[in-house]
Amino acid sequence: MLAVENLEVVYEGVILVLKGVSLKVGEGQIVALLGANGAGKTTVLRAITGLLDVHRGEITQGTVTLDGAPIHHLDASATVAAGIGQVMEGRRVFAEFTVEENLRVGGHTVDRGRVAAGLERVYGLFPVLAERRGQVAGYLSGGEQQMLAIGRALMASPRYLLLDEPSLGLAPRMLGQIRELLVEINAQGTSVLLVEQNANMALSIAEHGYVLETGKVVMDGPAEALRGDKDVREFYLGLREEGAVDFRQVKHYRRRKRWLS
Amino acid sequence: MEELIASVVRGLGIGSTYALIAVGFVIVYRATDVVNFAHPALMILGAYYTSWFTFTVGLPFVLAVPAAMVSVAVLAALCERIAMRPMVGEPPFAAAMVTVGVFFVLFVLAFRLIGTTVITMGDPWGLERVTVLGVRLFQVDLAKTVIALVAIGAVAAFLKRSRIGLAMRATALDQEVAMAQGVKVGRVFGLSWAIAGATAGLAGMLIGTAAGGVEPVTALVALKALPVIILGGLDSVEGTVPAGIAIGIAESLTRTYQPAYAPWLGANVDVVVPYLIMILVLMVRPYGIFGTRQVQRI
Repeated sequence: MLAVENLEVVYEGVILVLKGVSLKVGEGQIVALLGANGAGKTTVLRAITGLLDVHRGEITQGTVTLDGAPIHHLDASATVAAGIGQVMEGRRVFAEFTVEENLRVGGHTVDRGRVAAGLERVYGLFPVLAERRGQVAGYLSGGEQQMLAIGRALMASPRYLLLDEPSLGLAPRMLGQIRELLVEINAQGTSVLLVEQNANMALSIAEHGYVLETGKVVMDGPAEALRGDKDVREFYLGLREEGAVDFRQVKHYRRRKRWLS
Repeated sequence: MEELIASVVRGLGIGSTYALIAVGFVIVYRATDVVNFAHPALMILGAYYTSWFTFTVGLPFVLAVPAAMVSVAVLAALCERIAMRPMVGEPPFAAAMVTVGVFFVLFVLAFRLIGTTVITMGDPWGLERVTVLGVRLFQVDLAKTVIALVAIGAVAAFLKRSRIGLAMRATALDQEVAMAQGVKVGRVFGLSWAIAGATAGLAGMLIGTAAGGVEPVTALVALKALPVIILGGLDSVEGTVPAGIAIGIAESLTRTYQPAYAPWLGANVDVVVPYLIMILVLMVRPYGIFGTRQVQRI
């Protein structure tokens, strides 16, 4: 189990971004972490993967544990070795490398035989990458680049895969594909922590969900329950009770803008 | 005709040496985004160590050269660890200024070690000549060409094929993502300086070989690598070879023919030629002839 407990993160020594966040990803689960821009979702991922110091951030309180062993003081390469893979926001493929070179970098920490096995697995999951293995990654479409970023993270065969907004900037059809792939990857035995603004997509495959707002978890529960929740429906799914509102009567200042928790 | 061939071969020799120096700049630049101005001093120290291992320690030349390369590599890695590592995350310009500081430290060290004398390498070819297809050539030019090209080929193959080479190139493209893949970025920086140091050491030996010898101010020769890098592209190891050879031959031909055909230009015009080429290239193709144009989806 990957567990974040009471995590507090400060950037530049003054900006308190996470104010005591706790969440858990159980073995074999898909867990969704929802939240608006600036809520601190990416910071949670950086804290788990040891990339905070690149951004001058620092964990001031709390722990991150993997099966009970603390990992929040490890550097990035040690967390990769511990079995945590990460797909960063905005895909971040190595644009000037070929598809296969990108994947090989993903397999940097594993030995030679497992790189070959990893390539086979990734090409099996993403046949389009196998077709384009010799092409320069920068010229792939957005969806293909996202697949490449996910495939690159899978090369180290992580037990826990953290994804930061894989839906960002993708066409709806591509989104459906990525969604199914995540289910498939999870079925192959990788636990997934899915950070998303697209709550619809995330909650449709997750077992459990957390809602993060300005550095605090304001709500958590089974995905079912979150999907049915009035506030989540309004703020994240964009759904309101049909006919319940007369738009002429809407007074904007009355509309709830934040969570009352 | 014989004069032409002889000067082309001489151009090949110095050109490949320039290319080898340029490779050191390129490797450090690619890994860390910093133009390493300390490189010329590393080169001179390479010449010093080769001389020291041959004459003071008494190693045979073929062992003295690798020993000198290792020494300079260790020294370069130390410089990286002490002076450059704290600059990680700072603007490349600031880091480049630090390399200027490192240059002066090493340069003073070289002055201390070498003094005001001219040291020789104890190389086996000296001023011997060899006759190839009826043309009498200096052995040293052929030795320079072969040694430099083999070394560059080895470095290029290492970057292209090996896992660490791939990690080095990945770090050059995006440090944070490379870290997220488990690449130990600090180690990559150290290694790139060490490889650059080894090539600098070898190049220093080649510069000091044969008649010339080396004194501390010979470090300025390493600046000829700058036109080579501009011509070949700052991020291209392969590009240094044709660029270096082109510049070497241009310089060599100027030295041979300019006194006869354009004496009004005065003496030592050949020294200026590489820089003239550099200015022309900068005007036409600023990313170099073999440099990467940025990959961009439109």
